[in-house]
Amino acid sequence: MASLFQNPPHPKERRIIFENLVKPGYAPDIETYLAHGGYESLKKAVTMKPGEIVDAVKAANLRGRGGAGFPCGTKWGFIKYDDGKDHYIVVNGDESEPGTFKDRYILHEDPHQLIEGLAISAFATNTRLAYIYIRCEFPHAARIVWNAIKEARAKGFIGKNMLGTGFDLDIYVHQGAGAYICGEETSLLESLEGKRPYPRIKPPYFPAVLGLYMKPTIVNNVETICHVAHIIRLGAAEYAKMGTPGDGGTRTFGVSGDVLRPGVYEIPCGAVTLRELIFDVCGGLKPGRTLKAVIPGGSSAKVMRADEVYKIKTKGPDGTMTDKELPMLDIVMDASSLQSVGTMIGSAGVMVLDDSRDMVWALNNLNQFYAHESCGQCTPCREGSLWMSKMTTRMLAGGGQPNDSKNLKNIADSIAGRTICAFGEACSWPTQSFLAKFPEEFQKTVD
Amino acid sequence: MRTEEKQRNHGMIEMTTRQADEITPAFVAEADELVSHYPVSKRSASLPLLHHWQNHFGFVDDSGVEWIAARLDLTPINILELVTFYPWFRREAAGKVIIRVCRTLACAMAGSYDVKEKFCEAVGLDPHSEHHGFGSAPPTTADGKFSVEFVECLASCGSAPVALIGDELVENIKPADVASLVKNLQ
Ligand SMILES: Cc1cc2nc3c(=O)[nH]c(=O)nc-3n(C[C@H](O)[C@H](O)[C@H](O)COP(=O)(O)O)c2cc1C
Ligand code: SF4
Ligand code: FES
Repeated sequence: MASLFQNPPHPKERRIIFENLVKPGYAPDIETYLAHGGYESLKKAVTMKPGEIVDAVKAANLRGRGGAGFPCGTKWGFIKYDDGKDHYIVVNGDESEPGTFKDRYILHEDPHQLIEGLAISAFATNTRLAYIYIRCEFPHAARIVWNAIKEARAKGFIGKNMLGTGFDLDIYVHQGAGAYICGEETSLLESLEGKRPYPRIKPPYFPAVLGLYMKPTIVNNVETICHVAHIIRLGAAEYAKMGTPGDGGTRTFGVSGDVLRPGVYEIPCGAVTLRELIFDVCGGLKPGRTLKAVIPGGSSAKVMRADEVYKIKTKGPDGTMTDKELPMLDIVMDASSLQSVGTMIGSAGVMVLDDSRDMVWALNNLNQFYAHESCGQCTPCREGSLWMSKMTTRMLAGGGQPNDSKNLKNIADSIAGRTICAFGEACSWPTQSFLAKFPEEFQKTVD
Repeated sequence: MRTEEKQRNHGMIEMTTRQADEITPAFVAEADELVSHYPVSKRSASLPLLHHWQNHFGFVDDSGVEWIAARLDLTPINILELVTFYPWFRREAAGKVIIRVCRTLACAMAGSYDVKEKFCEAVGLDPHSEHHGFGSAPPTTADGKFSVEFVECLASCGSAPVALIGDELVENIKPADVASLVKNLQ
């Protein structure tokens, strides 16, 4: 793989997840991992009470790194340790959200980090069977992770009587088959059950209630599970200190598009603004170019416009609310800041577009993605994603009509909130936000 | 394996080769190993067995659908509905090497449409041919050597444009490099 890591790292970076795998000569085998202190966190974890591990994950303020950003400890808290039921963990390694490319490095280059995190997670939640779901477009990753599982089993880190604790854990790899929707957690479970991966109707809202085989199940992203090992290693307080109060630890950003140094950058949550990320960490834009737009958290995140100034309400120390003006580039790249300006950190896949880009063209590209990937269960999503794609294709081909923007918005508005899964929002947010932020570019297709 | 395809294309009635007639004890042993990874429900082995079958035979014919279903105590439709849903599976032969060029935003911005066209030209396919899914094979050269298709984001957007060629990810592809990439595959 092309190296997308800066060497030496940018001063703003702090590598926890990527600390080892960037080292020259680092290999995915267990001996290398052990030589770098591997499985020490697991050894520590099995001396703790399971409840203490869950409490540590809560105190660390770890949010899910898969897209929805749900607090990981809270999710784990839904599992009752001693309810007499089988529990499962399914690691989400589907990594299909456009703009996202971080889990692939963990899976290919440091699989034992994931297995260690998973073993700790299983020990904490009384889980004896876990699956790592890997998209089939990562054929080497599936082999590498499977091999790592066998190595870990041979050394007694997982398997029967893990580390002499009397606790048994089996882990298997499960490969997807080219469908984006399988990244949605209930679709993932249906896929793992061998069925068509139609997302499940909610409620129940959490697989922790009814998940795989209708048993309490935790679904977490690959990176999220890796963070668990570091929380145990560093201690929750030390780990949380790296981030902000609501968003602990580090985040692995994938920056792509029109920057000089696209790549993966691991940065403490809340430690950079968008300006610093683009112009400092990623070396800025191509010569002579100006910034036009940023999609901050994977393709579903609402687009931000470069010349926009956000008005946000901030709460002072005395509890009074004041209005503050914040230029787009000064937004801090953490979960709550991006949420406060109407978009999201999502999977932290940041796509940068400069002034050479046509926004109708960019939206059409994404619309085609969503039209292709809708699972087809819900009429608004199945039909709407297709119509949005057909309309932007026609507009680009010179067939723009006066009512197009209005109709596009109507279609998008009739999807979000009316579907079985969050793909409905994911496919309507690009259209809604591109239309709202760049109306003149859509108007141009009519003039 | 070509005979079954011919029959479907031309509606001809002739003896078909059944993939299931060619499976070996080693193939069955590997299938059983995969099933053992799912102690709670055999049905979970549907996708693994489809991958196993397609990796071995190149595609999944009716006999494959039936064999997998029987092995997992399912009915054939339980397997067929997976083949027609998941873009990865196909019911007819594709090229020996499948070139999957990423179509999504970061790659498109970096020139993937041009790259895909160059791949088509280099192997001798119509650049405007499309892959419609539902079990069909991607556009394939007459000699059966190559298929070329667009796929969605390959999770490698930082080194766009990228393509998955066989099992190998190729990154930062320049249109000018495509001809020599293909030559090395010959
Ligand atoms: C359409 C859709 C696609 C998704 N794709 C992924 C994905 O590729 N990888 C992932 O980890 N989460 C994905 N998610 C989020 C998962 O549903 C789930 O929230 C996540 O895996 C939970 O793990 P986390 O809490 O550790 O983030 C997707 C969600 C939706 C609605
Ligand atoms: S919202 Fe779309 S992707 Fe999700 S279940 Fe409905 S049709 Fe399928
Ligand atoms: S857009 Fe091509 S790899 Fe993500």
